[in-house]
Amino acid sequence: MNLTELIIKGILILVLFGVTLLIAMYSTWAERKVAGFIQIRFGPNRAGPGGIFQPLADAGKMFFKEDFIPSQANKWLFILGPCLAILTALMSSAVIPFGESIRYEDLVIPVQGIEINIGILYVFGVVSLGVYGLMVGGWASNNKFSLLGAIRAASQNISYEIGFGLSIIAILMMTGSLSIRAIVEQQHGFAWNLFNQPLGFIIFLTCAFAECNRTPFDLPECETELVGGYHTEYSSMKLGFYLFAEYINMFVSSAIISSLYFGGYNYPGMDWVRETLTGSLGAATGHNLTTLIGTLVLFGKIFFFIFFFMWVRWTLPRFRYDQLMNLGWKTFIPLSILNVVVTGFGLLYDVKYASWAIVIVMVILAMVSSARAPKPAVQPQRS
Amino acid sequence: MQLTNRSKEVSNKQMTLAEKMYLPSIAQGLAITIKHFFGKKVTIPYPEVKRYLGPVFRGHHILKRDEEGRERCTACGLCAVACPAEAISMVAAERKKGEENLYREEKYAAVYEINMLRCIFCGLCEEACPKQAVYLRHDKLVPIFTERDQVVYGKEELVEKMTDRYIRTNPDAQATPTEPSFSRSAT
Repeated sequence: MNLTELIIKGILILVLFGVTLLIAMYSTWAERKVAGFIQIRFGPNRAGPGGIFQPLADAGKMFFKEDFIPSQANKWLFILGPCLAILTALMSSAVIPFGESIRYEDLVIPVQGIEINIGILYVFGVVSLGVYGLMVGGWASNNKFSLLGAIRAASQNISYEIGFGLSIIAILMMTGSLSIRAIVEQQHGFAWNLFNQPLGFIIFLTCAFAECNRTPFDLPECETELVGGYHTEYSSMKLGFYLFAEYINMFVSSAIISSLYFGGYNYPGMDWVRETLTGSLGAATGHNLTTLIGTLVLFGKIFFFIFFFMWVRWTLPRFRYDQLMNLGWKTFIPLSILNVVVTGFGLLYDVKYASWAIVIVMVILAMVSSARAPKPAVQPQRS
Repeated sequence: MQLTNRSKEVSNKQMTLAEKMYLPSIAQGLAITIKHFFGKKVTIPYPEVKRYLGPVFRGHHILKRDEEGRERCTACGLCAVACPAEAISMVAAERKKGEENLYREEKYAAVYEINMLRCIFCGLCEEACPKQAVYLRHDKLVPIFTERDQVVYGKEELVEKMTDRYIRTNPDAQATPTEPSFSRSAT
């Protein structure tokens, strides 16, 4: 690896890191804005035009608040908790391919933190490490509510990781690779995995919600039951780190959902764009511009999913704990195993859209069951 | 007793498979929220946009002049007596020769003060005034004060400017036996 490559790679990694943080920062603003718009109000609009400086104001407030550590708390673990949470959240974006590659002279550098052939396994490993942040923080607080929140976080993440992993297997069977870049490259153009794996997508999306501890699965920080959940005792920037880690996780899971199911940086008509640009601007510049367009498309998809996360948050109420567990263990695990089996048969007999069979059967079953359900007696309406 | 016909009977019936899948109802809910997302916002961004408070709003006090610009107040003290918060105080004086263009009657208020910390904006002074001199404006609020010496309003703040006369016509307001002031209009 020569110096030029090292410098370009270094700049690239710094930019990706900065973009991750910036997007997470503005997600806090966007979340409040979306919440406001959905609740027919404006959201923050005082700090700068449209409240655009709100994240800075929030961060300033967070830094200047009292950094309190309870006297009975385990001090080092108490500090370690938020650090772990934000560290693992930031680590997982390293393997996501944000674009094709940059050509500089005769170098070809992929727009990605690091290309490893077990990318998706790495993500899973880091995500399951992320629960330690909540667990350690909740336990070190020496507070019953924090501990309960931490236990909830741990058990929820462990339960949903199974469904998470199983829903991926169908995709891995179809692509034959664990590298996210390879998975994205196989969805060239408009051959997105969504069309082959609709069920897997829904399971993966729901599990991603649960892994991010987002509503409707935000039981670890359920205010009505647990005061503040695992971060009850936290204040100042330590609390800020926990909240920030959630938004980074949201960004990363949006990126992974877009990469796995929505074609990553692929978009319909990309070959035509590549030919036109390389034809008119030369091979290197045209290639770099094509990469840029692909990256922008990927970010568009990511922003849509971040919006979707928020949209769902301000629509659905929180699940009850037994509903959460029933959904995870009794619904998602059997369904994703079924999905794996059906996809396997599809691969064996060369039927590409085999997974739709499950969806069609489920829709038919649902329609039959609602048709056979006893009709509720019509209440006479008195005026 | 049934108050509305919108009440729904709660039942413990077994959910059908479609309901157990949650997805149809989630889609329904998402449709509702996205409709709100693009809908018109109900918030009024207050300092930039001020809403009309209505013809009977009781705001900033004003001491009216008559058509020729003479002060109407004769310092009879009825407003001070009527005031439940004892916010009004005044000093009466006799009109001198040559001041006929300033004061309408022989007696006038040399000092007329309202303590805005005490005032509860009940409008009883307006009702008590026999000379139609004191009114509570419907279109102006008492501005925010930050110091205690800004609180007592004297005649400079209260007496009507001839360049900026206050006219209140209440075509919408209906007089009721209990609230006769609703129909009073300032001329």
